Amino acid sequence: MQSKIILKKLYRKMLQIRLCEESFIIPILNKEIRCPIHLYVGEEAISAGIGAVLNNKDVMFSNHRSHGHYLSKGGELKELIAEIYGKETGCSRGRGGSMHLIYPKTGFLGSAPIVSGTISLAVGSALSFKIRNKKNVAVSFFGDGATGEGVLFESMNFASLKKLPLIFVCENNLYATHLQILETHAKDNIWEMAKPFGIPSFRIDGNNVLEVFEKAQKAVKYCKSGKGPVFIECITYRLMGHVGPDDNIQGNHTDIRPKKEIEAWKKRDPILKFEKYLLKNNVLNKKEIEDVKNKIQKKIEEYHNISIKEEYPLTKNLEKYVFKK
Amino acid sequence: MSSKNSRKLSYSLAINEALHQMMEFDSSVFLIGQGVKSPWYVGNTCNGLIEKYSEKRVIDTPISENAITGAAVGAALSGMRSIAVHPRIDFMMYALDPIINQAANWSYMFGGKVSVPVVIWGIINRGGEQGAQHSQALQALFSHIPGLKVVMPSTPYDAKGLMISAIKDDNPVVYIDDRWLYKIEEMVPEKIYSVPIGKGVIRKRGNDVTIAGISYMASEAVKAANELEKHNISSEVIDMRTVKPLDIDLVLQSIKKTGRLIVTEAAWLTGSVSASIVAEVQNRGFKYLKAPIERICLPDCPAPTSGPLEKEYYINSNDIILKVKKLLYKN
Ligand SMILES: Cc1ncc(C[n+]2csc(CCOP(=O)(O)OP(=O)(O)O)c2C)c(N)n1
Ligand SMILES: [Mg+2]
Repeated sequence: MQSKIILKKLYRKMLQIRLCEESFIIPILNKEIRCPIHLYVGEEAISAGIGAVLNNKDVMFSNHRSHGHYLSKGGELKELIAEIYGKETGCSRGRGGSMHLIYPKTGFLGSAPIVSGTISLAVGSALSFKIRNKKNVAVSFFGDGATGEGVLFESMNFASLKKLPLIFVCENNLYATHLQILETHAKDNIWEMAKPFGIPSFRIDGNNVLEVFEKAQKAVKYCKSGKGPVFIECITYRLMGHVGPDDNIQGNHTDIRPKKEIEAWKKRDPILKFEKYLLKNNVLNKKEIEDVKNKIQKKIEEYHNISIKEEYPLTKNLEKYVFKK
Repeated sequence: MSSKNSRKLSYSLAINEALHQMMEFDSSVFLIGQGVKSPWYVGNTCNGLIEKYSEKRVIDTPISENAITGAAVGAALSGMRSIAVHPRIDFMMYALDPIINQAANWSYMFGGKVSVPVVIWGIINRGGEQGAQHSQALQALFSHIPGLKVVMPSTPYDAKGLMISAIKDDNPVVYIDDRWLYKIEEMVPEKIYSVPIGKGVIRKRGNDVTIAGISYMASEAVKAANELEKHNISSEVIDMRTVKPLDIDLVLQSIKKTGRLIVTEAAWLTGSVSASIVAEVQNRGFKYLKAPIERICLPDCPAPTSGPLEKEYYINSNDIILKVKKLLYKN
């Protein structure tokens, strides 16, 4: 068994991500939040597990569904919330919104919504580590949909050729917007895509935080020993809409997923699953679980209240930051 | 046209009708691209197409813009009339090679032995705090390329007629529409008709100033002109409709009368299509001009997300009104 410290840390991170995501629902429906938001509810175990094995010198790049990635890499919760409200105090100073987050201090080097667009950037970070003989790793987060883009394959080949310290993490939630994976892939075999490039690759249960954590630990070790990249496919499911809490509420009707399937996955909720484990192994009791939740919830509410009152960027500064001055 | 054979149609449904009619009319026409099954991507422009023409000719795709666009080009080289749709022109950046290196050059570099009847349809979809990668208007990029024609309709009538012309054209045509126009309605003929590629149109006649608008800004220019009329300012509004090749003759005819020109385009100022218009007009129409040509474009800045910044960033009829007043009072 992992140490209690690690187990509690993983649990707190998953909860922080979940409660943060849920806190956006009402403001989205009230139109207090207007930027498009791709909620990560149901996929928290992946970020929590991967983030926990990285240090601040390791880096991470991510995609449109990035709140969990950002938080797991040490991005400040307060600055995430402020960013989503479009405030100058946000992590991207109100210029990026939910789909463009960054936190360089802790190695979160950016999330961006062009599908697959950041994969090769992560390759570049890994390359920089290699050139400068640094023992760090880069992590690239992307979805199952991203495996349709050629740049992933170019990146896998190059990373493997140059033995770069890079972990490809594919979050396979079985859908890319309105299309089920077998409508976009001839085979449901994402993890095998890395094999021809000689990259060790694995398919794991993305809703089992311990499985993710342990696989990530090994991957980091492998990368840091100079052997090259690793590919991890995490099977998971988003419990909310593609964009917004519920695609149908938003009137776009892109959620064509069968109700039965959604219900079945709700039973495999990674947080409920992990809570059971923690209770069974006496890591936390029910009261302690409630306390952790309340503490995080309070912080989140506080940050919403502060963010709402904060200043928007000044319009005279519209063009500030196009270039570094 | 008699109203018996036309009815009110929205811009997006006018596109839809063009697709239906051309697929019916010509069995070599097919549509391929991301989201043709989903209104989240393409609004109602693709309604009913799969049901009628099957998934064989209406193909929703993996997220593979480069390969899918290349496939559309290759099919066009093999006897099809291809339409490749990109639900956001931002995503089309992955497809620059098949569009620019391949399709645009193919006819010339093989001495005209073959042509490439492909429509590359890219949708501008912006606003709503979507930010830098989901907001771009990149027509200038394509208008720079010799072997491409680029059309940008601003009305339902033109949306249908230019889609039909684009499909019928034997050359690669980049068709760029704007989600901000999708709900505009007007009378649209039921029959198949073409709007000529390379021809602008006068939307409103006037004497004091010419406003040449592109796509969304052409519709804003009409609004501005109507408002200015209340203040006894008479503006002539030109909708360029095609941005490559440009209908410079039409602009010249207009400034012969007005002597003043404002060009407006909801795209970045530097290197824009409007810059090409200005260059040609000053060269060929210098003697008609009573004042320097003005432009109203977006600042050279990526799209921000924050609400107030976004409001500051985008342009509309108010910016045109202010510019016209300034231009006229200065002279
Ligand atoms: C290059 C590009 N093409 C298309 C899109 C539109 N788009 C946004 S999210 C998405 C689906 C991505 O699916 P996946 O990678 O599985 O991530 P998920 O949303 O399931 O987390 C698509 C196609 C895009 N953002 N970028
Ligand atoms: Mg997915």
